[in-house]
Amino acid sequence: MALDIEQVRWVSHLARLKLSDPELAIMTRQLGAILEYVGQLRDVATEGVEPMAHPLPVANVFRPDEPVPSLPVDEALSNAPVRLGDFFGVPAILD
Amino acid sequence: MTGVNRTAADLIAAQQAGESAESIVTAFLDSIDSRESKVRAFLSVDRESALEQARDVDTRRKSGKPLGLLAGVPVAIKDVLCTRGQVTTCGSKILEDFRPPYDAHVISALRGADAVIVGKTNMDEFAMGSSTENSAYQVTRNPWDLDRIPGGSSGGSAAAVAACQAPLSIGTDTGGSIRQPASLCGIVGLKPTYGRVSRYGLVAFASSLDQIGPFSHDVTDSALMLEAIAGHDPRDSTSVDRPVPKYSNSINEPVGPLTIGLPREYFGEGLDPEVESAAREAVRVYEKLGAKVVEVSLPHSRYAIAVYYLVATAEASSNLARFDGVHYGHRAKDFDGLIDLYEASRGEGFGPEVRRRIMLGTFALSSGYKDAYYLKALKVRRLIKGDFDAALRTCDVIMGPTAPTAAFRVGEKADDPLAMYLSDIYTISCNLAGFPGISIPCGWTRGGLPIGLQIQAGPFEEEKLLRVARMHEQATDWHLRRPTL
Repeated sequence: MALDIEQVRWVSHLARLKLSDPELAIMTRQLGAILEYVGQLRDVATEGVEPMAHPLPVANVFRPDEPVPSLPVDEALSNAPVRLGDFFGVPAILD
Repeated sequence: MTGVNRTAADLIAAQQAGESAESIVTAFLDSIDSRESKVRAFLSVDRESALEQARDVDTRRKSGKPLGLLAGVPVAIKDVLCTRGQVTTCGSKILEDFRPPYDAHVISALRGADAVIVGKTNMDEFAMGSSTENSAYQVTRNPWDLDRIPGGSSGGSAAAVAACQAPLSIGTDTGGSIRQPASLCGIVGLKPTYGRVSRYGLVAFASSLDQIGPFSHDVTDSALMLEAIAGHDPRDSTSVDRPVPKYSNSINEPVGPLTIGLPREYFGEGLDPEVESAAREAVRVYEKLGAKVVEVSLPHSRYAIAVYYLVATAEASSNLARFDGVHYGHRAKDFDGLIDLYEASRGEGFGPEVRRRIMLGTFALSSGYKDAYYLKALKVRRLIKGDFDAALRTCDVIMGPTAPTAAFRVGEKADDPLAMYLSDIYTISCNLAGFPGISIPCGWTRGGLPIGLQIQAGPFEEEKLLRVARMHEQATDWHLRRPTL
């Protein structure tokens, strides 16, 4: 399918990915080519086929309900770009 | 074999005969030093820590203490696996300074086996690529021809073993990222069954496809390494709780009677004639050993790349949402509010291929398109797996070339994402189905480039897969070749 640059701009916002206008233009062309290629899947008859999200028959896995030590705060915060006390620093989202 | 040309099994035997782990590890560290300016396989090397681990093995050996399966053997690690306190970049600028606070399961298992971790290897950013050119840091070269790529995404790990900078390394395989570089570098690479090796501490790309596995010069070494890293781990809820066979014990037992399936789709358009003739010659080796060959069909395999690039990118778009400029990794300096902080940090931190895949995956999952793209791909995925199930009812293993061509030139496909994707055409179905696959060297082109044979088997049949691969190795000597560097 053909994509236009405004659709690609919207997807970049959904993906939380800042792209410049020239980057958006390149992305529009490249995604368009890939979508054209994957469009061949339309030729495959899949009526009644169950989607396969996973190679194994997975089920929820529970562990025993016993407390175990978790990552110490200092280690959990050791890679934080901005640390505020015992928290990750983020810009204010409420006035 | 002598010096750094030796296999892990050679090095284990040498230590039992009196050679020290320290001298072995020193030799490999020196090999890294002297060859790295040509190969550029490593993103980081920790010489002091490696020597310390080696001396510890020597001390314990002297005092008669029990040692692990890979005692004193140098191992290189793809930089997508978390190593406690050591930088883990995933080949990305977004993780340039990231020091994980814990070890991945595979790292703990290797340490438990007394292997010596020598360094972290280059890769396509977040394992997205087939040439290792998508690394944000450097271009790794194929040790057989420095103008060519080593394959990818585990290109650094493959090149490190081929160049004898380490006898063993760890890679990850989401669509062929172990088998394809193994093929292009003339070594052995094994992708285990999905769930065989815990993914705990592996920075996720596509969670329903990713598996961790070994690179080595020969099949015996891959068996040893798989034995060391496989097994159930409660920290990865998809790791499977079933016993790990002693792969290295049974490795020399031929499989008989053996029926080999050759998929007609793997010998068609796009396959280089030299690669085809090497793969067919490898099959004749098995025939001489008494194997029966049948033609099989994987009719939906022509759709595998289309399915893969929807499923893998959809999963990646979700997995890579964690890189937000808040918890770890790059954070933009200039931004206006929280959403802009996310968008700017990610826009600056991710390279072109990662952005492209996040965008494709986000689109495939977006409202109005999810049914037509993502769900459609999941349905065709089931048909692809069904092809494998049907084929494996008529044969024991499936064989064919690992990649359609030998290593291509640096830059040759860098500007054409689709052409690059097509180099994984024979390896991708295996990940979609969750089955194990191995690539072993089966010849060289007239131009001196390695060619790989891919062997695939049913789920959890690694033991059979390794024994079948070893049959070829015992009848040929391709695995003894080493490049001149």
